[in-house]
Amino acid sequence: MRRFGTLLLLPLIGLLSGCDFVVLAPAGDIAAQQRDLLVVSTGLMLIIIIPVMALTVFFAWRYRQSNTSATYAPDWDHSTKLELLIWAAPLLIIICLGALTWLGTHLLDPYRRIDRIEAGQPVTQEHKPIRVEVVALDWKWLFIYPDLGIAAVNELAAPVNQPIDFRITSSAVMNSFYIPALAGQIYAMPGMETKLHAVINRPGTYTGFSANYSGAGFSGMRFAFHGFSPEAFDQWVAQARSGGTTLSRDVYLALEQPSENEPVRRFASVDPDLYNAILNMCVERGKMCMNEMMSIDAKGGLGLAGVRNTLPLEYDKFARRGAVFGPDPAYVASICTAEEAAAAARAARGNQSDWVLKDLSPLRGAGLLRPGVASLRAEAAMPSASQRPL
Amino acid sequence: MSDSLTKFIFGRLSWESLPLHEPIVVATFAVVALGGVALLAALTYFRLWGYLWREWFTSVDHKKIGIMYMVLGLVMLLRGFSDAIMMRLQQAIAFNGSEGYLNAHHYDQIFTAHGVIMIFFVAMPFVTGLMNYVVPLQIGARDVSFPFLNNFSFWMTVGGAVLVMMSLFVGEFARTGWLAYPPLSNIGYSPDVGVDYYIWALQVAGVGTTLSGINLICTIVKMRAPGMTMMRMPVFTWTSLCTNVLIVASFPVLTAVLAMLGLDRYVGTNFFTNDFGGNPMMYVNLIWIWGHPEVYILILPLFGVFSEVTSTFSGKRLFGYTSMVYATVVITILSYLVWLHHFFTMGSGASVNSFFGITTMIISIPTGAKIFNWLFTMYRGRIRFELPMMWTVAFMLTFVVGGMTGVLLAVPPADFVLHNSLFLIAHFHNVIIGGVLFGLFAGIAYWWPKAFGFKLDPFWGKVSFWCWVVGFWLAFMPLYVLGLMGVTRRMRVFDDPSLQIWFVIAAVGAVLIAAGIAAFLIQIFVSIRRREALTDPTGDPWDGRTLEWSTSSPPPAYNFAFTPVVRDNDAWWDMKKAGYKRPLSGYKPIHMPSNTGTGVVLAAFSVALGFGLIWYMWWLAALSFVCLIATAIGHTFNYHRDFHIPATEVEQTEEARTALLAAQG
Repeated sequence: MRRFGTLLLLPLIGLLSGCDFVVLAPAGDIAAQQRDLLVVSTGLMLIIIIPVMALTVFFAWRYRQSNTSATYAPDWDHSTKLELLIWAAPLLIIICLGALTWLGTHLLDPYRRIDRIEAGQPVTQEHKPIRVEVVALDWKWLFIYPDLGIAAVNELAAPVNQPIDFRITSSAVMNSFYIPALAGQIYAMPGMETKLHAVINRPGTYTGFSANYSGAGFSGMRFAFHGFSPEAFDQWVAQARSGGTTLSRDVYLALEQPSENEPVRRFASVDPDLYNAILNMCVERGKMCMNEMMSIDAKGGLGLAGVRNTLPLEYDKFARRGAVFGPDPAYVASICTAEEAAAAARAARGNQSDWVLKDLSPLRGAGLLRPGVASLRAEAAMPSASQRPL
Repeated sequence: MSDSLTKFIFGRLSWESLPLHEPIVVATFAVVALGGVALLAALTYFRLWGYLWREWFTSVDHKKIGIMYMVLGLVMLLRGFSDAIMMRLQQAIAFNGSEGYLNAHHYDQIFTAHGVIMIFFVAMPFVTGLMNYVVPLQIGARDVSFPFLNNFSFWMTVGGAVLVMMSLFVGEFARTGWLAYPPLSNIGYSPDVGVDYYIWALQVAGVGTTLSGINLICTIVKMRAPGMTMMRMPVFTWTSLCTNVLIVASFPVLTAVLAMLGLDRYVGTNFFTNDFGGNPMMYVNLIWIWGHPEVYILILPLFGVFSEVTSTFSGKRLFGYTSMVYATVVITILSYLVWLHHFFTMGSGASVNSFFGITTMIISIPTGAKIFNWLFTMYRGRIRFELPMMWTVAFMLTFVVGGMTGVLLAVPPADFVLHNSLFLIAHFHNVIIGGVLFGLFAGIAYWWPKAFGFKLDPFWGKVSFWCWVVGFWLAFMPLYVLGLMGVTRRMRVFDDPSLQIWFVIAAVGAVLIAAGIAAFLIQIFVSIRRREALTDPTGDPWDGRTLEWSTSSPPPAYNFAFTPVVRDNDAWWDMKKAGYKRPLSGYKPIHMPSNTGTGVVLAAFSVALGFGLIWYMWWLAALSFVCLIATAIGHTFNYHRDFHIPATEVEQTEEARTALLAAQG
């Protein structure tokens, strides 16, 4: 019977070997470290799960009613030693797993710049990261390369072994930006920015998609992610530049309209303020940007007069219908011209995009920088990594 | 009729609202309508309306309400499972350029409805029904603390279910996923009635759930038999207490968050909008503060069922009663400290993520302790493998796998690669089917003879058991595999043909589960046919340990002629060992609550109110709201609230039982 069972498993093994377990065999270092954590945690838990399953089957068999030779102790219901064991064993496993979790979560924080290209190869000053701004649209992906001045729809490319800094936002609803071969996912949310730092180690074409349901065209919200050799990447960039189309605000507003299963499109140049305008929800001219609004509010706001600073909204992604009892749809009007706002936004952004190599000394916990803004501030305060006290 | 008048009367309801363009829905409607007409005709023909109204619908007896909850759960299980099998079929065929047979509009409603129905209208009624039936019997009480409230709670739950079912044929259901995250669920992106159906169905049902939680807490705290201290309560009662504490503490959060979403949609507030200071992440945060405790609301009572079943069928006291109770309480508290693990990937910092990851893992310690306690209850026992025990062993073997994948998902970096994938889907079906559903079947098989006086047919029970267990593993193990291949949830079409075989296997598993459900229905039918052969006149068919087995099956309306006195935690076992003799004289009149139809009426007005709000029929909403309030006030003037069962009637009932027991020898 048992042999027969093993035979039944054979086709299953065949099936398994024919599949692409991208989560277990990724091509990027971050995803590989996440995989390692997955495997180690599973191993740790199996230490307790396997004995429990075995004991369940054994006890169920041994103490079956028909087996009268087994001991029967109907009133035995307590054993301090056993109680200690059954609370302590899972506790010990969880202590190990908890320590692993604390370390792993901090090391693999998507907001943290990567410190190694792969095992044994730390990031050096030569590895200038390539920056990509990601926008989830209904229902396609827009990738803007701010340093190269190009953009692409539903196609992403990066040179191998070079850090990639993603800035991610969304135009309308929540999505999740996920390339299993590269790194774990992070949500793309309207009016907000999330970050992801990763690196691809093996050349090839991988699949990326939205991992959070976002409406009717969600299934088709997929894109190809190319890991290119540096030469191939340059070629790809050149190809995009040769197309000649520009991603201006008007082109973007047309692109933003809901559409499904969009083909790949490339743009030779991009409005340099576009991503910032998308993030701050002010691509339409005359709309006040979120960061502008926040900075006004931080200085005390516009007072009661600010309440009237709205204009009727005619279009907002979909044909916007206001709430039945609510006021008519409106938007907050900009109080300066679009050009002024853009210049102010540029100034507000400052030089935060400048690439400063992070401290690469081993992680110690206490000295660990907070991800995101705080680390940028710390870097601004300490321009050179070598001067930083440890 | 002028346009504005039509609009006033019907709001946004028009002929176009009926999904006549969806042949699947039309066919379903035809079947449901024919079935419904046949059922109504049969009820009329056999003159059952009066009987149903007097004996069931208006009943305030916790036993009858418990059974009605179970019926509701079963009916909705059929609907929720139809959605499941349609999804499985769609995903199994939508390859190689095929669009499958469901368009996005229909498919997206199906997976939303599946989640909502299975959690709110299958698992919740089943769990509430079980608690309603068993808890008062286990603590030696005659009913719950507030019998009318109990009836009202049940009908509000039905009201929610009615609204969800209505959405299938009138309009549409939400296309947002079962938690309706904004901005997608906001008016700008979901302007149709779907999300409004979602909001009002859950609000109406939520009233019922919250009130029934208050009722059961009060019952357990105030109505225990003399001598039953907290640490002598049966474990099922303990887990019910903790579950109801969770319900009372968490459902108001759901009500509040849905109210805010409703305000955004109806009056243009900006709680969860993208602009004007709204933040959709707040919704996600709040709904999971309800959502995570909800998971424990579902599983805790079933942990109680497994405890009762293991100890009864092993013929042994439960191992480590005290640590079992503490484990339950610890889970109750910790369940409020883990909600963020549902959105690690929304960009919280590493320290926040680690904190919630580690608290989640800590929950596995008391849960692990529970598993060990059941294990050591079996150790040195005499295990009878009746149906409830089979379900329990299947649960132990299945649930640990789900627990393990759950802890895996609690490791944030692992969650980053598995979040929203089919691995996650496999995980929570693994714990909900392997834990909640298996537990419910164990509980139903265990307490059925108490409720009806005859056992369930074991043959069809075993057929159902094997179909469910094998079907579950076949349906969900492929999803674990697919998750590791990076396949995400809620996809309608696929472009990688190598995935198809796994979806086909999963679909076969779903078909097996369908066979399991069919076998369960056949089991009930066959058992009713063979009730004479399966009869249990003793009231204690399993050699039980807790008080519910001390009374007759089915118990009389008053449950216990004399309130039992408790000296040990396995009260009935202790009484049997001490040579307990039923008192045969000295009956007194018993004070009982009267039936009332107010619960049905209130729930009907609530449904009308919800329907009016969903379709913007403001006159209907206003009218039913006024009627609702008037009925509630009117009910306070109802002075016919209680009566006494005369001592002679009690005596007759008890003597009939004495005769029955004597006939057994």
